[in-house]
Amino acid sequence: MSTIYVLWLRQIKRYLRSKSRIVGALGQPVLFLVALGFGFGPIFQKAGQGSYIQFLAPGIIAMSILFTSIFSGIEVIFDRQFGFLKETLVAPVSRFSIMLGRTLGGATVATLQGVIILLISLFLGFKPQFSGILPALIVMFLVAILFTALGTAIASRLEDMHGFQLIMNFLVMPLFFLSGAFFPLAGLPRVLSIIVKIDPLTYGVDGIRGALVGLSHFDLGLDFGILTAMALIILAIGSWLFSKIQI
Amino acid sequence: MNKLQDKNIITVENLTKKFKDFYAVNNISFQVKKGEIFAFLGPNGAGKTTTIKMLTTLLKPTSGQMQLNGYNPIVEQDKARRSFGIVFQDPSLDDELTVYENLEFHGVLYKVPAEIRKTRIAELLEIVELSERRNDLVKTFSGGMKRRLEIARGLLHHPRVFFLDEPTLGLDPQTRKHIWDYILTLNKKEGITIFFTTHYIEEAEKMAQKVAIIDQGKIVAQGTPLELKTQTKKDSLEDAFLSLTGHQIRAEKVSNVDRLRMRVRMRRR
Repeated sequence: MSTIYVLWLRQIKRYLRSKSRIVGALGQPVLFLVALGFGFGPIFQKAGQGSYIQFLAPGIIAMSILFTSIFSGIEVIFDRQFGFLKETLVAPVSRFSIMLGRTLGGATVATLQGVIILLISLFLGFKPQFSGILPALIVMFLVAILFTALGTAIASRLEDMHGFQLIMNFLVMPLFFLSGAFFPLAGLPRVLSIIVKIDPLTYGVDGIRGALVGLSHFDLGLDFGILTAMALIILAIGSWLFSKIQI
Repeated sequence: MNKLQDKNIITVENLTKKFKDFYAVNNISFQVKKGEIFAFLGPNGAGKTTTIKMLTTLLKPTSGQMQLNGYNPIVEQDKARRSFGIVFQDPSLDDELTVYENLEFHGVLYKVPAEIRKTRIAELLEIVELSERRNDLVKTFSGGMKRRLEIARGLLHHPRVFFLDEPTLGLDPQTRKHIWDYILTLNKKEGITIFFTTHYIEEAEKMAQKVAIIDQGKIVAQGTPLELKTQTKKDSLEDAFLSLTGHQIRAEKVSNVDRLRMRVRMRRR
C-alpha cells in the first residue's frame, strides 16, 4: 500500500513541479476548442445539431486526458534512461505495485489536466450540467487509467524515445480522431462506425459528453462498463509486460 | 550447510549470461566472505556490471547458481533485495525530487519504519556531508554530490552487502578519497560486506582484501593482491593484471560489444 502511495506521490510532485509541462499541454486542446469550436459552430448549428462548443468540449477534455495519460505511461522510458527505474526495480516490492502506483499517479495527473480544460472551456461558452460533474470525473479517471496503463505497457517494450513519433501517429492520433470527439456517431458510414466502436476512447468521450451535457450515443452504463473492463485488461497486460523488464 | 559456506555472504557457481551468441559472463565462480571488501577488477566490457545485475535481480542468468546472504536472487527475489544496497555505475536518482525526497522514497520502498527512517536519513546525510542541501533538487547537483547521495541512499535500509559499480569513475581525487573514507568507515563500523567493481588497479590493490580479475566474461585469477602478484611473479598488481589480460587495448572491442548488446536487445523486442 505504502509503495503504491509513494509512487503515486512521486508522479504528482513531478507534475506540480513542471509548470512548463502543465501549460504546454494546455496549448493544443485550447487551440482545438477555439479554432474548431468557433470555426465549425455555424455549420453545426445550421445542420440542426445545436451548439458545437457543447458537443466539442467533452471531446477535447477526453483528448487532453488521452495525451497526458499516454505520455505519463511513456515516462517509464525516461526513468529507464535516467536510471531511476533501476532504483525501483531492485527494491523489495512487487512489480505489480510499482506499475499500479505509477499508473494511478499518471492517471491522477491526466485527470487534473482534464479538469483544467473543463474549467477553461467554461470561459469559452461551455455550459455543463452541474449534476453530471461527478459521473464525468469518474469516467475521466477511468479513461486516464486505461491510457496510462497502455502507455506503460508500450514503454515496457521500448528502449528509448525513438518510437515515440510512431506511437503518436499510429496510435494516439487515430485513437483521438476516430473517437467521435469531433463528430456525432449517428449516421456514420458503415466502416467508420465499426472502427469508432472498436476505439475505447469513443466510450470515454461518449460517457463524459453524456454526463456533462446529456448527449450520449450509448447508454452511460455501457460506457462505464466497457471502460472499466478495458482499463482492467490493459492494466493486467501492462503489469505483465512491466514485470518482464530486464535492464 | 557446512561452516565454510556459512562464512560466505556471496557464493557464485558457474554463472553464465549469454546474449544471443555472445557470452557477457562465461561460467564464473567466486565467493565473498562476510565483512570482506571484494574487488571485481577488469577492463571495460569484461562482464562486471552484468554480474552485478544478476546478483541484484535485474537480470536473469542463462545458467549457474548464486547465493546472496543465504538467499537465491532468482527465486527469493525480495529477500535477496532486502539484503543489499547498491550504487549503480550511472546515476539513478530522481532529478526532479529533492535530496530528502529521494531518500524518503527509498525508505518507504524498503519499509523502513517512519521514526527510524528519519533518524537514519539525518545520520547518513551527516556522513556524506549533504545535510545542508537536504531540500535542494537533485538536478542542481554535480556528479560527485550525486554519487555521495546514492551512497547514503543505498545504505538507508541497513543492507548486509553493498554493491558499488565503479564508485569513483569520473570523480576528482578529493571526492574519490572522501567516498572511500565513507565506505571504509561503514565496512568497519557496521560490518557491511563491500563488493565493488573497478578498472583502476590501484583502487583494487589499496582497498580490497580480495580481488577477482575478470576479462572477456571469465575470471582469470582471484586471491589477495599479494597472492595475485606471487602467482604471476610480478612486482605490482598492474603488471599482474596486464600479464593476465594482455596488453591489447579494449576500447574498440568494448564498443563492438556494446553495439552487439544493443542489437541483440533490439532483436529480442
